[in-house]
Amino acid sequence: MGRAVFRGGVHPPEHKDATAGLPVEWAPLPERLVVPLSQHLGAPCKATVAAGDRVERGQVVGDIEAMVSSPVHSPVSGTVAEIGTTLTAAGSVVGCVVIDRDEEQDLDSYVAVPDGDDRRARVRAAGIVGMGGATFPSVVKLTPPKGMEITTVILNGCECEPFLTCDHRLMLEQPERVVAGAGYIRDMVGAKRVVIAVESNKPDAAAALKAVATEGIEVTVLPTRYPQGAEKQLIYALVKKEVPHGKLPAAVGVIVHNVATAAAIADALELGKPLTERVVTVTGSVARPGNYRVLLGTLVSELIEAAGGLTGDVERVISGGPMTGMALGSLDVPVTKGMSGIVALPKGMAAAAVSDDQPCMRCGRCPESCPMGLEPYAIANYAHRAMWDAAAKRDALDCIECGICSYVCPTNRPLAQLIKVAKAAAMAKGVKA
Amino acid sequence: MSEPLTARVVGPAPHITSKESCGGIMLWVVGALAPAAIWAAISMGAPAVLTLAVCIGATLGTEAAWNAIARRSQTIFDGSALVTGLLLAMSMPPRTPWWISLVAGFIAIALGKMIFGGLGWNIFNPALVGRAFVSLSWAGVIAAAENYGWFRVLSLPAVGEYDAISGATRLALAAADRAASGAYGFDLAAQYQPLLFHNLEGSLGEVSAGLLILGGLVLIVRGIIDWRIPVGYIGTMGLLSWAFGSDPIFNVLAGGVMLGAFFMATDYVTSPMSRNGRLVFGIGCGLFNAVGRFFGPMPESTTFAILFMNGLAPLLDRFTRPRTFGWVKSDE
Ligand code: SF4
Ligand code: SF4
Repeated sequence: MGRAVFRGGVHPPEHKDATAGLPVEWAPLPERLVVPLSQHLGAPCKATVAAGDRVERGQVVGDIEAMVSSPVHSPVSGTVAEIGTTLTAAGSVVGCVVIDRDEEQDLDSYVAVPDGDDRRARVRAAGIVGMGGATFPSVVKLTPPKGMEITTVILNGCECEPFLTCDHRLMLEQPERVVAGAGYIRDMVGAKRVVIAVESNKPDAAAALKAVATEGIEVTVLPTRYPQGAEKQLIYALVKKEVPHGKLPAAVGVIVHNVATAAAIADALELGKPLTERVVTVTGSVARPGNYRVLLGTLVSELIEAAGGLTGDVERVISGGPMTGMALGSLDVPVTKGMSGIVALPKGMAAAAVSDDQPCMRCGRCPESCPMGLEPYAIANYAHRAMWDAAAKRDALDCIECGICSYVCPTNRPLAQLIKVAKAAAMAKGVKA
Repeated sequence: MSEPLTARVVGPAPHITSKESCGGIMLWVVGALAPAAIWAAISMGAPAVLTLAVCIGATLGTEAAWNAIARRSQTIFDGSALVTGLLLAMSMPPRTPWWISLVAGFIAIALGKMIFGGLGWNIFNPALVGRAFVSLSWAGVIAAAENYGWFRVLSLPAVGEYDAISGATRLALAAADRAASGAYGFDLAAQYQPLLFHNLEGSLGEVSAGLLILGGLVLIVRGIIDWRIPVGYIGTMGLLSWAFGSDPIFNVLAGGVMLGAFFMATDYVTSPMSRNGRLVFGIGCGLFNAVGRFFGPMPESTTFAILFMNGLAPLLDRFTRPRTFGWVKSDE
């Protein structure tokens, strides 16, 4: 399985051993939950409950009527303490519903989403968004634009970020949910082909999926190479088509969903279960690394406590994976639908704070490893000099922010960071690439 | 509930980096050169040791002084000046007067690198800039040092006969023979063995082509240098030597080809970054090295061949720009 199936890429140390073998277990339920009203990409929800209201597990507590939006539900039965604001992992401040839970909780029961024939409506009502981290409302992807034919559905089970094992455990422990979700997605978009992609470092997950795969659902093992799970690279690996610049995967007849999203879709359609919890890998320098099933709205600090607390000299705490995740400034931020992991990086493993005074020694590693075929050193140089048009001319806007260029640079130039700035500036200026 | 956040770094992704560092890479290069350098010092003795010491001292000293005077942060510990000094010494004949080595080291760093802005900004390989400067300024002195006639003091069985002929290097001899009669006065194939393992003519880097190849292979396997440059270089050199009617193996082993192909032309800063660019770059070095050797005024043309290609490197990068993923005709 050494055959590279996309250009560039790297293979950082995986660090998955600490948690790959640990079954998913429930994290202790917090007394108070902070449920953000915006856990998705798109219009933030408005609270549909008020302070003092009683809520049931699964009850909608926030929603909004907008094309790209997704409702949020109460993960517990309890009482609304307040409608306020909270800091998020991304560092922004959003509205939230604070819920004090009842002492007794029956996690097996919940307010089911309304029954009905419209599957898409039920997926939306269940509040399902991309759980790989993108948090794009799933129903939007399940509704391809008119005139676009979707031939292939890809389920992304690559989990190519180091440290993370939540998808691995899900595929291993509940492969039938993933497969069921794959089937529903295929039927909803009218695709012919469904491929579940798993990296070669998870043979047990691939085997588990194959064992329950139903007619017409393929399980493909891809080489372990970051960023195999990046949408464009994954599509290329499986259907050998490049998603054209500035287009969506639908342009090549493909949609990609994360495996956890697929499982959540199956739950919503079969059981009427709204999205109120997810699996989060808590790992790195914590006392008891593990894969925890966590109620959305649990604070990261509580989750870390559940994992035995931070150990040693932790320098960065990451939400998500270390290549693309976000370093947390505060641990008192709630777990949300897109949070796949909490990784505590000790000193020595965490990258030093970025500085831009190191020269480029022209080693060629960044252009060689960029999965998009860019020349990061050149774009970063333009960004450094605030030459946004020049940066855009070198296709800065095609950067997928995988972080590889910064990762490989021997002089630790903050390439990905500068390119991110160049992208934002070019977009703000409306520069056409 | 809240954890103290004072010691925590909040920075943008990615949050981990590879273990590769500039200093680490330079140390690998030094390590790969070390066997050949040490063997040269043992074989050639005190003059070689002096040349090594003066060249390295001059490059490090010049960089340190430049940084101090220009009030830049000190960079002598990034290993790059050390590599330049070592490479420079390897390109020098051991009997080079010490003051020439000193000037070469100073020029290499001052005019070859720092004046452009330091590591990463120079166009030409600093070691070769220093070497070229002293070759042009004191051609006679250096040629005399090269032709010092080691074979008169040391006799080797493989070259015993040749020993008696002259003190000129075999490369120079071969060129003279070619010019005179078109035929060689000695057996080129008989020179493989000394050139590979123990040759005491020319520069420090010519003592053992074998140890240089070994070091170069280590760097390739370790992923530090791209095989395309040495393969393009040596391949072209050999092919053209054969085309010009000479012995290809003798021609790639003799002179500065191995040092140039594995260690000089592969300098990151002064070679192209793209893979295709590197292959073309290597081929170009071989081409100019061969043309220089067979048709130029001096049989030793490695320095100028690589410097010339250094000048073309930015152009090669331009013409071998990768295609951005996704810039395809949409098949809607
Ligand atoms: S972050 Fe962007 S520029 Fe850097 S390697 Fe990834 S895609 Fe290329
Ligand atoms: S990886 Fe760093 S040193 Fe190497 S070419 Fe890119 S920016 Fe320059």
